[in-house]
Amino acid sequence: MEDLINIFVRSIFVDNLVFAYFLGMCSYLAVSKTVKTSAGLGVAVIFVLGITVPINYLIDNFLLSRGALSWLGPRFEGVDLSFLTFIMFIAIIASMVQLVEMIIERFSPTLYSSLGIFLPLIAVNCAILGASLFMQERNYANIGEATIFGLGSGIGFFLAIVGIAAVREKIRYSNIPAPLRGLGITFIITGLMGIAFMSFMGIEL
Amino acid sequence: MSNNQNNKEEQLFSYKNQKLLTNPIGKDNPITVQVLGICSVLAVTVQLKPSLVLAISVVAVMGLANVIISLLRNTIPSRIRIIVQLTVIASLVIIVDQVLKAGMYDVSRQLSIFVGLIITNCIIMGRLEGFALYNKPWPSFLDGIGNAAGYASVLIAVGFIRELFGSGTLMSYQVIPQSFYDFGYENNGLFILPPMAMFAVGIIIWVHRSRDKELVDVS
Repeated sequence: MEDLINIFVRSIFVDNLVFAYFLGMCSYLAVSKTVKTSAGLGVAVIFVLGITVPINYLIDNFLLSRGALSWLGPRFEGVDLSFLTFIMFIAIIASMVQLVEMIIERFSPTLYSSLGIFLPLIAVNCAILGASLFMQERNYANIGEATIFGLGSGIGFFLAIVGIAAVREKIRYSNIPAPLRGLGITFIITGLMGIAFMSFMGIEL
Repeated sequence: MSNNQNNKEEQLFSYKNQKLLTNPIGKDNPITVQVLGICSVLAVTVQLKPSLVLAISVVAVMGLANVIISLLRNTIPSRIRIIVQLTVIASLVIIVDQVLKAGMYDVSRQLSIFVGLIITNCIIMGRLEGFALYNKPWPSFLDGIGNAAGYASVLIAVGFIRELFGSGTLMSYQVIPQSFYDFGYENNGLFILPPMAMFAVGIIIWVHRSRDKELVDVS
């Protein structure tokens, strides 16, 4: 249990996808003009990460990594399909996003109309693939840990994007040098927020 | 027919094609102007060597992916084009990854997941979607190489700055002489930390936009 809490807190604050690894920057910069839309994207990312990371964990452990196919019989023990990781993960992510979109559209039209436009964007968001690849690299012990890691990473992304959107809404009224307006200042603010998040470094529960 | 052939030969490096190659490096730069593919720029640029390797990988993947999609452009049904594009890119990236693992294992470890993340690099998807789907292979190839070069130039610039000031080395060779250190010069530890990449790109954008007034964001 302590392990789970530790992974959860680490993935939100210490290993924050945006501030520590700069994943998902494209949508982070493009959709952070207002707090409302950025919160929509953030929720969608939490949702998709919470689903795709555990599924990719299962795929990795029972299909792809070395010796993972041993449940098929002793003949398959030496099979190593890990070179297929990228293509499998991206296929799973693209199809899961599609599936989630269809399910939401069927059962909750209101949620669909607020999340709908962001879901297709998410399939090519590097944060999603990045979290799955980190999950593979860090060898989490079981599916519970992988799920917690996925959810925590999503919440970290949510915090980051809502935070920058709030700052950007305010900064529109400040007097910034013209060439720095828009993109330039957003980068510098993100850097400053990254420094703030670095103060969480080294937290162990 | 032969006339047609001649035309083609002439146009191989026509003005328009040259523009395809050079525009993305300057005023159409995918990173500083179009804001695509930022993720990897920031994460791998602590040192020059991984930046260089990633830059070369992206140039290779992007040139080839643009040519392949451009060759297939009349056969891909538009409904499933995104999946086809992802499959083509992912296959190319797998090849690059395997080559890196075989040939340069330590750099491959250092890049860790960022080789895989070339797949979701939005520059590649963006160019496939925006250019290769509607153009012939040769212009698509130039467009791919041009955009990847624009990307690579920023990547290498940031890597250069961060390694020079952060560790006093370039490609792991000591550049700043020992006598400087004896005088009390010290490496700036901030340059090794992730937020510095943000500042570096922000400053590059600043310089770029103050030289090119038309790029200034008015909103």
